Amino acid sequence: MSINKRIVTDLVNNGVEFVTTVPCKQLAGVIAEIDQSEHIYHIPSNKEDEGMGLCAGAYMGGKRPAIIMQNTAIGVTINTLATLIQFYNIPLPMLISYRGELGEPVACQVEMAVHTKALLAQMSIPTYHFHSAEDINEFDAILKYSFMAKKPVAVLTDASFWKGAK
Amino acid sequence: MIRYELLKEIMPIISDQLVVCNIGLPSQELHMLDDQPSNFYMLGTMGLASSIGLGLALAQSAKVIAIDGDGSVLTNLGTLPTIGNNPANNFILLIIDNGSYGSTGDQPTYAGMKTSLAGMAKAAGCDNVIECAAEDTADALKAALAGDEMTIIVSKCESGNVKVPVIEFDAPVIRHRFMQEVARRNA
Repeated sequence: MSINKRIVTDLVNNGVEFVTTVPCKQLAGVIAEIDQSEHIYHIPSNKEDEGMGLCAGAYMGGKRPAIIMQNTAIGVTINTLATLIQFYNIPLPMLISYRGELGEPVACQVEMAVHTKALLAQMSIPTYHFHSAEDINEFDAILKYSFMAKKPVAVLTDASFWKGAK
Repeated sequence: MIRYELLKEIMPIISDQLVVCNIGLPSQELHMLDDQPSNFYMLGTMGLASSIGLGLALAQSAKVIAIDGDGSVLTNLGTLPTIGNNPANNFILLIIDNGSYGSTGDQPTYAGMKTSLAGMAKAAGCDNVIECAAEDTADALKAALAGDEMTIIVSKCESGNVKVPVIEFDAPVIRHRFMQEVARRNA
């Protein structure tokens, strides 16, 4: 099974039916897979805080949500994470491309990469870093953890993970 | 007519509907006028009432009214194309457009100047957009609730506020009782 199919299978097996995405090159394959899934309503959003609003609404409507985005979005969504997702106890798995790590061709991506884990730690958001392809084996448990705890959880997927998964 | 008077007038129409209400004074006014488990009060996060409302409408079948403001829609303009391209026929977005940031001291917004939110919503792909005077909002809302088409109502009202108490509910309590009400309506 491809890594993209595996991610979507884990989402579907955990009852995730509503996924919003803001694209990243590293995430193109998984976003395409989400779009094709008959079990998931895929709603692209224009900005990640908007997407978190959509997810909060879907959760209150009885659908488990998830967001797929780039780590630069942590800079966009701090307020929404604090005052909506965390304040109201809303579960939100965040599958995040960890740009700016080893293998990164674009220097500017490093500028947010160096802040990513610190910001997530400052927000007390449980964070998992997928570096090797087999790290995907934890994804199912991470999804269960997010919905159990009603908390946002970050899964940072770096270039080595995506390269190894090919 | 200011927003408080408008909310008072539409209260009998929205009292039994699922309502997602914008941060600040709009939520506080709604809470003071008619607190209901079917009301979701935003205590923070400027701009996301329309997004939360759309997500909710797409996830279940009961009608949803999102009460938003011109300032907060301007904060989250990306919401309009998302709404336009993901039509939920159980969704009504009521933008109370008083041309000002009411909760922060009535500073003017661009919607009170050259910018038309109704025009922007149409350009974003929303098919059923109604701009009306505050006095005609109740009728527009009734028609939208009676119909079966996603509706954006831009209600032009005057700037101004009344004194209202803050909402004392904890956020998870608001969320929990709202979710129970949503579940009850979809049972």
